[in-house]
Amino acid sequence: MAKKTVVTAEINGNSTEFLCEPRQSLLEVLRDTLHLTGSKEGCNNGNCGACTVLLNGKPVLSCLVLGVEVEGAKIETVESLAQNGQLAPVQQCFLEGAALQCGICTPGFLVATKALLEKYPQPSEHDIRFHLANNLCRCTGYDKIVKAVQTVAAQ
Amino acid sequence: MQDLYLGKTNYKVIGQRPVRHDGADKVTGKAIYTADLHLPNMAQARMVRSPHAHAKIVRIDTSAAEKMPGVLAVITGKDFPDLKEKVALMGEAGAVNLQHLSANCLAHDKVLYKGHAVAAVAAKTIHEAAEAAKKIVVEYEPLPSVTWVLDAMKPDAPLLHENNRTDEMGQKGDKPSNVTVHMAFEQGNIAEGFQQSDIVIEREFKTASVHQGYIEPHAAVAMWNEDGRLKIWTSTQGSFVCRQQTAELLQIPVSRVLVVPCEIGGGFGGKITVYLEPVAALLSKKCGRPVKMTMQRNEVFEGTGPTPGSYVRVKLGAKKDGTLVAGEAWLAYDCGAYPGGMIGPGSMCVFSCYNIPNARVDGYDVLNNKPKTQAYRAPGSTQAAFATEQVIDELALQLKMDPIDIRLKNAAKEGTRRVDGPVYPRIGFIETLEAARNSDHWKSPLPGKDCGRGLASGFWFNIGGASSCAASVMEDGSVSLIEGSTDIGGSRTSIAMQLAESLGITAEDVRPQVGDTDSVGYTFLTGGSRVTFATGLAAYKLGLDLQAQMQDRAARLWKCKPEDVKVDGGVYSHNGDSATFKELAVKISQSALEPVVGKSSVSPEGSTNGFGTHIADVHVDPETGKVTVLRYTAVQDAGKAIHPSYVEGQMQGGAVQGIGWALNEEYFFDNKDQMRNASFLDYRMPTCLDVPMIETIIVEVPNPGHPYGVRGVGETPIVPPPATVANAVQRATGVRFTELPMSPPKVWKKLSEK
Ligand code: FES
Ligand code: FES
Repeated sequence: MAKKTVVTAEINGNSTEFLCEPRQSLLEVLRDTLHLTGSKEGCNNGNCGACTVLLNGKPVLSCLVLGVEVEGAKIETVESLAQNGQLAPVQQCFLEGAALQCGICTPGFLVATKALLEKYPQPSEHDIRFHLANNLCRCTGYDKIVKAVQTVAAQ
Repeated sequence: MQDLYLGKTNYKVIGQRPVRHDGADKVTGKAIYTADLHLPNMAQARMVRSPHAHAKIVRIDTSAAEKMPGVLAVITGKDFPDLKEKVALMGEAGAVNLQHLSANCLAHDKVLYKGHAVAAVAAKTIHEAAEAAKKIVVEYEPLPSVTWVLDAMKPDAPLLHENNRTDEMGQKGDKPSNVTVHMAFEQGNIAEGFQQSDIVIEREFKTASVHQGYIEPHAAVAMWNEDGRLKIWTSTQGSFVCRQQTAELLQIPVSRVLVVPCEIGGGFGGKITVYLEPVAALLSKKCGRPVKMTMQRNEVFEGTGPTPGSYVRVKLGAKKDGTLVAGEAWLAYDCGAYPGGMIGPGSMCVFSCYNIPNARVDGYDVLNNKPKTQAYRAPGSTQAAFATEQVIDELALQLKMDPIDIRLKNAAKEGTRRVDGPVYPRIGFIETLEAARNSDHWKSPLPGKDCGRGLASGFWFNIGGASSCAASVMEDGSVSLIEGSTDIGGSRTSIAMQLAESLGITAEDVRPQVGDTDSVGYTFLTGGSRVTFATGLAAYKLGLDLQAQMQDRAARLWKCKPEDVKVDGGVYSHNGDSATFKELAVKISQSALEPVVGKSSVSPEGSTNGFGTHIADVHVDPETGKVTVLRYTAVQDAGKAIHPSYVEGQMQGGAVQGIGWALNEEYFFDNKDQMRNASFLDYRMPTCLDVPMIETIIVEVPNPGHPYGVRGVGETPIVPPPATVANAVQRATGVRFTELPMSPPKVWKKLSEK
């Protein structure tokens, strides 16, 4: 086992220092070391999107990024969306639009939606479906998720 | 079913769409799922799983693993108590052979499918556990294996259990066989029925094994304390069922086991049985620490679920005017490695939508080298509907009838006797067909070339069963509700709404939580579409109890008799005195009166009978065989939709899962019976790019067995989609597809043979 490395990154606005083994994924660091368990593990393989976080503003699958790779980077997880005790519009629209059932895919969808809307403030239905196709949801049939994204984009 | 329906139509809370009580936790990442737990001094564990589909275990050597860094405990099947052939009654889960359940957690002397767990290691970190797991040496003697259900029925097929004898309608067979059960139902005289028919159509259908595909892998944390008490946090559809199974497998009293249900990341029937809980418990006992076990995605595919693969033959005879006269169905479903598959409900559902005076159904449950099948949303009904609904469609085509007309002509209604016996009370099948006919979708023109429109219907029982609730009225007039049903898709809110309605307060004034197994009365699992119905009934009764107590306290405040306190829409009054529920609660808390605390338990029998009818428009690409669903409508009788958004959500989710079965999803086995697509990349579940919006039409024909008329809704929506899509593909191409999934290579091949 290789030695642990000290990594410094900005996580949800806080400068954070953590120790990690070279084999640990960013997802593992977030969940097990930093106890930011909002990002979920659905496959650990890059296939489900439940672990989506923003890395320097871009959506990435944190199960496919190594902890040691994020030295100096800026990371945003679902825990960063609500500010000052207020839900972000995207969270509010998911809630009011019943765009979640079991909720395990929800953090990934919310983060991916944030990235989508930054790039395409007025997405078409196809844009939404295309850019969220990396996030699996087994419960909702996607209908209410797509509609929630349309609602937040219209605001 | 007892008539409980109140006949009300004006509701204050029911039918509204409040924000769910657990919603803020779930959109902020605060909700706690099992894998999110970090207990002090917690160990992590990994399984070792079989690389063979069928093999004898000759020897397991754990000595090298035990010496690995960080390792705290190693166990194998030998660490489980020997349960011989003990059978335990697990409530409505039926009789479970405990030795089989135990061997499915950790194999004893034989592995029966690739991915079968054989040993487990707990270590200080997950990486150390994984490293150590690789050092466990298992010596196997491979055996021939079989995965296709009809092959497994052959007399010379490799045998999974030497001592299995077929139960032939109550009689045990004399030779070993992979067939566990042959069941049959019959009514009328089928020979005469087919003779009287003007047209007879018989077809064969095949479906693949399909996984429930919940996004959260199985997870459990167990802490076996020095006082002999075992505490389990887990992702389960039934905390009481989990408690019972774990206690039985470990041979300890249920009173020593406490199950704390965490949030559940999906289940669909696949999180009813235990896989990890007893193993984590034994590891914890051995190392004296809490132990967390989570599965990886390939373990979920290879070691849990799926729904049965099936072979179904359906023969229907009808008059020229489309009246069904005779029906015959022959179904063989695989149950995987251990007996106890879904053939019972499959056989009961195959003709459940129709009135067929002369009918016979034969069903076979068959062992084969796949993981033990588990319930998956309307278990067994989708496979059966895939067959029947296509034969009906073919009858309609040949008789030049409208697919809705032929169904209406034969639709089951109040008084219709199902082939397996029960006579329907008030049901809403006809209403779903009529709503489909009146839908914008059905009336719209088809989108274009190479397109087709299909329609199919489906049924699921929707069960009842034991449910308990408890509540206390808080000093500010809100009500805290504890329920025993674990919440997968938002049921806390639908239960809280029913309590609120019966008390005349708002949904927001009820604060629901899911209790652990020590904090609330026995509640059967979250499955069978039973929660909003049965636990809702418990909440309604609880409301009556709380109301009576409030009347009693009001009477004492106002110095009158409780029966003289009038209650109307949550306002309590007597002569000049009057108070809302809230005001009264505040008064009670400020007086010397006893606090208001209530509880209720129910156990409704029978089923609430859910029917649905779906419409799909598809495009079939003749060059590639790719089928695209362009438009989709799901119609369903919900009895009464408590929270319409979540009823729609169930319909949409079920429809999309069914589209997955129809077009892509399957367990793909190689010639060594190894699953070759055990990842979300290769096991293709629909993404949002694969499906359109799912339009929904909720029909409300009240269920006589519930005060608000509720029927279960969760399962019916997965029954029609594969047949709906197949009927649409037939209309688009002129070719009938009788095998699932209708994936591009299969469609292309069949179209090119045309
Ligand atoms: S857990 Fe990272 S994509 Fe599934
Ligand atoms: S809400 Fe359950 S997976 Fe999306």
